[in-house]
Amino acid sequence: MSVAAQYALSRAISGRARDVLKGRTLLAVMAIAFGVALGYAVHVINQSAVRELASGVALLSGAADLEVRGPREGFDEHLYPVLARDRDVQDASPVVEVDAKLAGARATLQVIGVDVFRARSITPALVGRGDDALDTLRPDAIFLTRAAARGLGVEPGQSLHLQAGLQVATLRVAGYVGDDGDRQYAVMDIAAVQDRFARDGRVTRVDLRLAPGVDRAAVARRLQASLPAGVHVAPPATTADAVTRFSRAYRVNLDVLALVALFTGAMLVYATQTLAVARRRTQFALLRTLGLSSRRLVAGVLGEAIVLGIVGAIVGLVAGYALALLALQRFGPDLGAGYFEPGAVRPSVDAWSILAFALLGVLAAVVGSLLPALDASHAAPAAALKAADADVVVPARSRPLAWIGLGAGAAMAFLPAVNELPIFGYLAIALILLGGILALPTLARALLHALPVPRHVPAALALSHLRATPGRFASMLAAVVASVALMSAMAIMVDSFRDSLDAWLRVMLPADIYVRTAGDTAFLSVADQQAISALPGVAHAEFMRATTISLDPARPPVVLLARDIDAHDASARLALVGASMVPRVDAPPPAWISEAVADAAHLRPGDTLTLPIAGRDVAFTVAGIWRDYARQQGSIVIERKRYAASSGDATVNEAALWLAQDARAGAVRNALLAYAGTGRLQVTTPGELRRLSLATFDRTFAVTYALEAAAVVIGLAGLSAALVAQTLARRREFGMLRHVGMPRRAIGRMLAIEGALLAATGVIVGFVLGFAISLILIHVVNRQSFHWGMDLHVPWPSLAALGAVLIVLAAATARLASNHATGQDAVRAVRDDW
Amino acid sequence: MVELRGIGKSFGRPVPRRVLHDVSLHVDRGERIAIVGASGVGKSTLLNVVAGLETVDEGHVIIDGHDLATLDDERKATLRRERLGFVFQAFHILPYLTVAQNVALPLALLGRRNAEADTRVHAMLASVGLADRAHGAPSELSGGELQRVAIARALVHRPALVLADEPTGNLDPDTARTVVATMHDAIGESGASLVLVTHSHTAAASADRVYRLTPSGLVLDRG
Ligand SMILES: Nc1ncnc2c1ncn2[C@@H]1O[C@H](COP(=O)(O)OP(=O)(O)OP(=O)(O)O)[C@@H](O)[C@H]1O
Ligand SMILES: [Mg+2]
Repeated sequence: MSVAAQYALSRAISGRARDVLKGRTLLAVMAIAFGVALGYAVHVINQSAVRELASGVALLSGAADLEVRGPREGFDEHLYPVLARDRDVQDASPVVEVDAKLAGARATLQVIGVDVFRARSITPALVGRGDDALDTLRPDAIFLTRAAARGLGVEPGQSLHLQAGLQVATLRVAGYVGDDGDRQYAVMDIAAVQDRFARDGRVTRVDLRLAPGVDRAAVARRLQASLPAGVHVAPPATTADAVTRFSRAYRVNLDVLALVALFTGAMLVYATQTLAVARRRTQFALLRTLGLSSRRLVAGVLGEAIVLGIVGAIVGLVAGYALALLALQRFGPDLGAGYFEPGAVRPSVDAWSILAFALLGVLAAVVGSLLPALDASHAAPAAALKAADADVVVPARSRPLAWIGLGAGAAMAFLPAVNELPIFGYLAIALILLGGILALPTLARALLHALPVPRHVPAALALSHLRATPGRFASMLAAVVASVALMSAMAIMVDSFRDSLDAWLRVMLPADIYVRTAGDTAFLSVADQQAISALPGVAHAEFMRATTISLDPARPPVVLLARDIDAHDASARLALVGASMVPRVDAPPPAWISEAVADAAHLRPGDTLTLPIAGRDVAFTVAGIWRDYARQQGSIVIERKRYAASSGDATVNEAALWLAQDARAGAVRNALLAYAGTGRLQVTTPGELRRLSLATFDRTFAVTYALEAAAVVIGLAGLSAALVAQTLARRREFGMLRHVGMPRRAIGRMLAIEGALLAATGVIVGFVLGFAISLILIHVVNRQSFHWGMDLHVPWPSLAALGAVLIVLAAATARLASNHATGQDAVRAVRDDW
Repeated sequence: MVELRGIGKSFGRPVPRRVLHDVSLHVDRGERIAIVGASGVGKSTLLNVVAGLETVDEGHVIIDGHDLATLDDERKATLRRERLGFVFQAFHILPYLTVAQNVALPLALLGRRNAEADTRVHAMLASVGLADRAHGAPSELSGGELQRVAIARALVHRPALVLADEPTGNLDPDTARTVVATMHDAIGESGASLVLVTHSHTAAASADRVYRLTPSGLVLDRG
């Protein structure tokens, strides 16, 4: 075929080139671009976060082959010489890590105590550099990274005030440590840290370098056998994994959310192409009659989709990178969710992910075009030539597929997590959405036939038109249904979560005043506790010791909360879920585990649980499971007296105070600050804590909402564009109606009713699917990702408002389009052949 | 019934092109007029002018004693709804309504949707020979059948005047003959006037008078 003929043919299949990039097509490109942009931005942000975390761990563990790690409180330092003398160990370096509270401020600084002679060979990044080499051994000298010095506003030679207990330790900044990167930490002599921050005789970590040629895994297994309870040996990479695993579920969730945007994009391409194919049915039929093979026709339509996809992907990648850059600068790598410390993180870019997201964009466009392309090729040319206005043909296969999708989706919701990710939950959502969209023509027909035919002529015509064209109708709605379903699912989930969080806060904060010390160097001694209990206005005080213990080196450490609690009335202090019990007197003492611990260890009330406390295994009875929205890594509550007895540590870092009848919170707060010194304690009321928690919650989900709202806007834009196009295509019909005396206003009303009926169907089906999806989000995805249980709560007013807005907007769009289509020109529409 | 006096109409900007020039016509109740003429001379435009869908630059269009120039859009729509019927070359049958619903459309627009209206629709369908297709879909009908549905629709509400623009233009000669016969029978029964634009001699032959539209006006071809 000659070039000219080829060109003529491709123009005949695609319509005029100018048409390809206008209106709805432009919208489809934008939708693909939007999906790719979001997906790529989230991916870049996540990659940057993981790289940042991993590089941090790598920097601080240096050239160590293995790490021996214990609980937050550390373990006996006598383990160090034992490890150092081991036959397979070449070098060993003891480390004490504390998060030291800055005096007079809320923030903490990571202070790492090292034996400089040992650290030099394994972790050079932990050796300070100053004018006086002996400063690395002096108890008052501290070395800061340049980033930390900048952040704290100090320079070598100046002093730095840290809080130990309720006292202040003044240190001299002796020089810098580490590289010029963005990490903030400080290094001191190990003995100085132990002495000044009440870590006498304890270390938190020992870095090991093994003799050349030994089997690392075998050595690790052998050493592990001799370590006390709660102390683990593992390669540094395991620690890095545990650190990144903490935020993994959140990151995967964001990724999926971004893919949702791409999915909406694919739906929009589907709608665009379906309607375009329907519009060009006669044209295609003519081409088929003239001898074009159906393969070439499908190739032509798909070729158009590929062009759409490529343009969308390029625009999306550029926009996505810009978005990632902006988000990293403004919110940090966790978009404000609180998993990462803020800091300047550079976006991480690699060719593979660029390629992958470009392909995803093209794939979305091709998938969206596949059904319409096949439809075009299957249409019998003769019939198509005759009935130019016929409905979009719904492939017969799609109906069983719809029910299979819905059924399989429902079944998958009951499958367990894979590698702690709710893979089947996500699949269930995708299948239910797809099934719902494939079932749309059937559902739409059922809904529309349930309506009585009104006497009002415009309404009757509108209903008849929609009833006769369920296929076209369904393809116009696909994107709206998908986005409304996801938006309402998200809204129900977020509202349930917020409602449950609010209820949880009320249960968890029964006292009048809460007192906290930040970091792990500040604490309240037994004398402090007595003094606080005796303050005027304080009727009753309960204290809590919070620390972390490691149950499994491959997982983030679990929070251990040793608190004053009445074993017979635990529900007065904890948001217990399900059955609880009081252990018999001869059974091990009670422990209340959070849902995350229960899920991970498969524990139920009555089971026995062993916790490593101060290097010894201590048995507990699981007395109940409680909801803990504050500590996603899992937490365990035990009685404080048991903890003190096992560990010998009676200090605490939190207090809950109940006021006497006539006492005022302000006065007690002042008395507390006067006792401890300003800035040494955080004193808050439950009201403040609630406000703060809910504000953080809202901020975290703002991003989510923004993404979903954007998807709905795209869906609605798609529907509007389809309505306009369809209205313009029906000019001839309106021309006839005006001839037979139907006023222009009545035609406008008819179209507005059609638009409203369309949108209402989309909203109803979207809400039903959204409700099903929200159940999966709540009971499967959230539960398996974050181990957070929550009670269903549907935000009816907001959903009703969303639905009403969509319906009104669709009606208004259709109405506006009708003004266009019934202008003077439209009357001449019948003149096509008159 | 219909009175056209010195109609003039031009199209196009910036250089207007005159389409109708000094056209006068009088159609009495029950009269059947055919208009022939070269393609592009303005026949369809003339029908649009009569229907009040196109405004005139000169002259007056008087229907049932009303000067169209004095009526607003709404009143013109009412006039079309109550007094006029249309038959188009391209049928213009709504594909999403049944045959009977298409025929009932003018009655529905007039607010008549009762048993009497149903009887009337079926009587009309019977008179065009399509009683058994009432509940079928338009997509199942042939071109000639569709045009007969259109004729039923044009007459169902007993209009005073039927305007038909090349109703046989899309049909083969045999079918065209049946359709024309059907149309004349049905119109004869209803007593309505007819203005028929056509290229077909057969169609024109059954009219009371035949006019030829020329650039300089309407000329009586056969009286
Ligand atoms: N809206 C318009 N704007 C500009 N020119 C118009 C318009 N409507 C009609 N014309 C022109 O007026 C002339 C008469 O058109 P009309 O459709 O009345 O012709 P016709 O006699 O019905 O022709 P045919 O037999 O081919 O149907 C034509 O030259 C046409 O191009
Ligand atoms: Mg004409």
